[in-house]
Order: sequence, then structure tokens, then C-alpha cells
Amino acid sequence: MIDTDWIWGLVGGLMIGTSAAIFLLGNGRIMGASGIIGGLVDRSGLGNWAERVAFLAALVVVPALMLPLFSVEVSTNITSNLAVIVAGGLLVGIGTRLANGCTSGHGVCGISRFSLRGIVATVFYLLAGGIAMVLFRHVLGVI
Amino acid sequence: MQRIVIAALSGGLFGAGLLVSGMTDTTKVQGWLDIFGAWDPTLAFVLGGAILPMLLAWHLTTKRAMSLVGTPFPAKPDPRLGHNLVIGSVLFGAGWGLVGLCPGPAIASLSWGGTGGIVFILAMIGGMLVAQPIRLQIDRLAAA
Repeated sequence: MIDTDWIWGLVGGLMIGTSAAIFLLGNGRIMGASGIIGGLVDRSGLGNWAERVAFLAALVVVPALMLPLFSVEVSTNITSNLAVIVAGGLLVGIGTRLANGCTSGHGVCGISRFSLRGIVATVFYLLAGGIAMVLFRHVLGVI
Repeated sequence: MQRIVIAALSGGLFGAGLLVSGMTDTTKVQGWLDIFGAWDPTLAFVLGGAILPMLLAWHLTTKRAMSLVGTPFPAKPDPRLGHNLVIGSVLFGAGWGLVGLCPGPAIASLSWGGTGGIVFILAMIGGMLVAQPIRLQIDRLAAA
């Protein structure tokens, strides 16, 4: 199972990149998940709310319909520690809005455009993620 | 209408890709970030695979005047980095490491993510709501 993970990673990655290409060439928009959600949450993106809602609805429905295709049970394997979940969710929400992007906007769409902002953001969130693993898993043992 | 169909096509394929790639599995994400543990390189293939079609797409935007629906392509990003880009990315990365979910996979896994997944989404939305006052506070401190 471990041996084929990288192939599925590559295939899934190509699908993610193609979806971003469709959004860019089709609608002229950057496919950034945090921006699409955040524009509805803080009402800054209500001007094209229908496009955002359609994107998010399909984002939920399509993978849900694919679940029966998997022979093993699909799980997020998320921690059961609610305090950790709330802290992580708050950090992701605040951080992505301050930085104006997340893994999809800065990582996929930014790096492929050779955007300095996208590259710098990606370096910092990867570094912070790595440090968080050291601190919270190996030092404090909370995750 | 065309815009909405394109957005749904994109969102659906994005969700399918996130599920297939392993991005919705927090153990794979944390395994990738945990370079001092049992390191899992899968996410390098996900990011690499995702960048390839977008290299082509950005190239095509230089060949065409506008998008399929007739809107202009996104303007060149502001080259200035700014403190909010760095502070925000550090906070985001810390939260991503802590739980193993970023915004796209959090939404994509709504149907099977259980209570934990819903709590994460609600906390993320809460964070997005308070981000603007926090940004103003940071800007005030930076200007002082």
C-alpha cells in the first residue's frame, strides 16, 4: 500500500492542478480555497457569491460520491482532541486570511506563476508546519 | 450560468484530486511535515503534480486576451511581500501541522470527516472572521 501512495499523490496532484487550470482559463480566477471560502465568510467576495458557492458545493459533493469506489474505509484520521482541533482551525483561518492564501492559492497557483509572494508564503508555512510537528509531537507530545 | 458550471467543474475535480492524493488524510499531511519522524514524501508528488498543469495554464494566459467567460486574467501579483504575508503563513503552517488539514481538504472531507471535521471548519470560519481586526492591529503596530 505504501509503495503506490506516491502514484496516487501524483495523479491526485495532476487533478488538483487541472482543476486550478480550469478555474483560471475558464473564469479568469485564481483557485485558492481559503480565498473562495473567506470571501463568503467576511462578505468581501459577495459580488461573485454564486461562483464561490458552486465551487464549494461541488468540492463537498464529488468526493462524497467517490467514497464507494474505495475498498478501504476513507478517514481523515483527525485527532479526537477538540482543543487541538479548535486551535488548529483558528490558526488556519486567521493565517490564510492574513497571508491572502493557503496551499492551493500560494502553493499551486503562486509557485507555478513564479510569484515571489507564493514562494515565500509556501516556504514559511512549510517551515512553520515542520516546527509545529517538532514542538507539539516530539517535545510536548500533544499530537 | 457558464461561470457557475465552470466553478462547479473546477471544485468537483479539486475535491476528487484532494481525496485521491491523500491530502484529506491528516496522517499523510503530518507525516510529510514531520521530517524528524517517519517522513512521508507523498505530498511532494501532490504539489509537484499540481504545479505541472498550472505551468501550462499560466503560459496559455499570455497567449489569450481573456478567459473563456470573457473576464480578464488575474493581474500580476504585487511584488511586495509585507509582514502580513509572513505572519499569516507562519500561523497557517502551525495550524496545518497541528491538525493536518488546510482549507480545501477540510471542506472536501465534510461528508466523512465527522464531528472533528465540522469543529475544524467552524473554528476556521471563526478565525477568518477575526482576521480583519487582527490585520488592522498588526498594521498599527508595524506603523508605530
